[in-house]
Amino acid sequence: MNLQQIIDHLELKPLTQTQDFSQVEPKSGYTADLLSCVMAGAKAHCIWVTLQAHVNIIAVAALLDMSAIIITEGAQPDQATITKANAQSIPVLSTPRSTFDIVGELWSLGLRSIETA
Amino acid sequence: MDSPSQTRHISEENAQSISRVEELAYVIRVDEVMSRDPKVLSPSMAMSDVLEMLRRDHISGAPVVFSSDLIGIISLEDLIRALVAKDLDAPVSQYMTTTNILTVHASDTVVEALKIFSKYNVGRLPVINENGSLTGMITKGDITRGILNNLQKDFQREEVRRYRASHLFEDIISDRSSLILRYNIKKGDFTRGGNASSNIKRALVRLGANQQIARRCGIAIYEAEMNLIIHTTKGGIIRVEIEPHKITMRAVDDGPGIVNVELAKQAGYSTATDEIREMGFGAGMGLFNINRCVDKMTLESEPGKGTRLEMKIYLQPEESVGDTSYHYGDRT
Repeated sequence: MNLQQIIDHLELKPLTQTQDFSQVEPKSGYTADLLSCVMAGAKAHCIWVTLQAHVNIIAVAALLDMSAIIITEGAQPDQATITKANAQSIPVLSTPRSTFDIVGELWSLGLRSIETA
Repeated sequence: MDSPSQTRHISEENAQSISRVEELAYVIRVDEVMSRDPKVLSPSMAMSDVLEMLRRDHISGAPVVFSSDLIGIISLEDLIRALVAKDLDAPVSQYMTTTNILTVHASDTVVEALKIFSKYNVGRLPVINENGSLTGMITKGDITRGILNNLQKDFQREEVRRYRASHLFEDIISDRSSLILRYNIKKGDFTRGGNASSNIKRALVRLGANQQIARRCGIAIYEAEMNLIIHTTKGGIIRVEIEPHKITMRAVDDGPGIVNVELAKQAGYSTATDEIREMGFGAGMGLFNINRCVDKMTLESEPGKGTRLEMKIYLQPEESVGDTSYHYGDRT
């Protein structure tokens, strides 16, 4: 399951510059809005679902080598967040839906909290 | 027999180099790879001379130029028409193609040439400058060569960089060599939060640290960095000392200090304000996370004076950084 398929299936809106999302293969999923919990729990190459939208989420994602961030509930990151995400090549995707719904969809697509496949 | 699609595997490395090639096609300019001083024809030349030139130079066509302007092109097809009509004494101007001449601009990137090659199935294109004068010819081979040269340069640059960094300590003889990185962290500077940790992580990878070690250091430094940004009076300093067998990280500030150090280390204990928590910080997991990532954590604090956090990660011989010749027995 590559990121492009996830974007299409969940109708996510990429906020960062276009890249070949089909080359990105998220290996697991994680959700939390407290950054230290994310630091403790998220795995490398995961897709992170959060409603935090400020610039520090990019630092967290880059440090953990994440595949992508999904920002839920339509929360709008500011330009600094997008600029930093582009510089670090971290895809940031937006959805008006709730974290609960998005996580449910990702689970049904086969993603788990630890690496599968 | 297996079909190629079954036997060919595109590894992650391959995928990366493919996208770098694509990227280069958008970066390299036509005039960087084209051949200059191409073979050209004049409109008054006889078609028999064209035949001779194409045969001698092993080319399948040539541009026709009049006072440096590109006015037409002769292809094999045009030559065949003259041959069939037994009209080889006729001048080039009579048989050359003058309409819809495909060209690229010298300042275009090579992707423009590639688009024309694939759309019109041609193998070579005249290159013109901003005045419409012919300045060269470009073929698919020129582009491939240009891209390969650039990839080779990229590769050498990266190799040199890696080699130099990962052997940092080898030629330097001392009883104890180390590399010290310092970062000044400002109080309340959330926008730059995470910069020190990203930079340290990158430095460690460049020094030859494996991903796991770089990640552990990155997480520990990130938490220490955020603590300085959130909790201190004026900010503080992060100092990372890298030795082949050990990484020592220190975060030092001069206030306000921690009232109960043992309580602060417990998971979930937090003194952060609601405002900080709304941003997703202040989970009370910072010191707990650090403790989990490093081999040894020492926290000293005195209310009113400041806090000194020391974190150490010990490296196994196969994990050593900055010195690929390092052996366990050399440990001091």
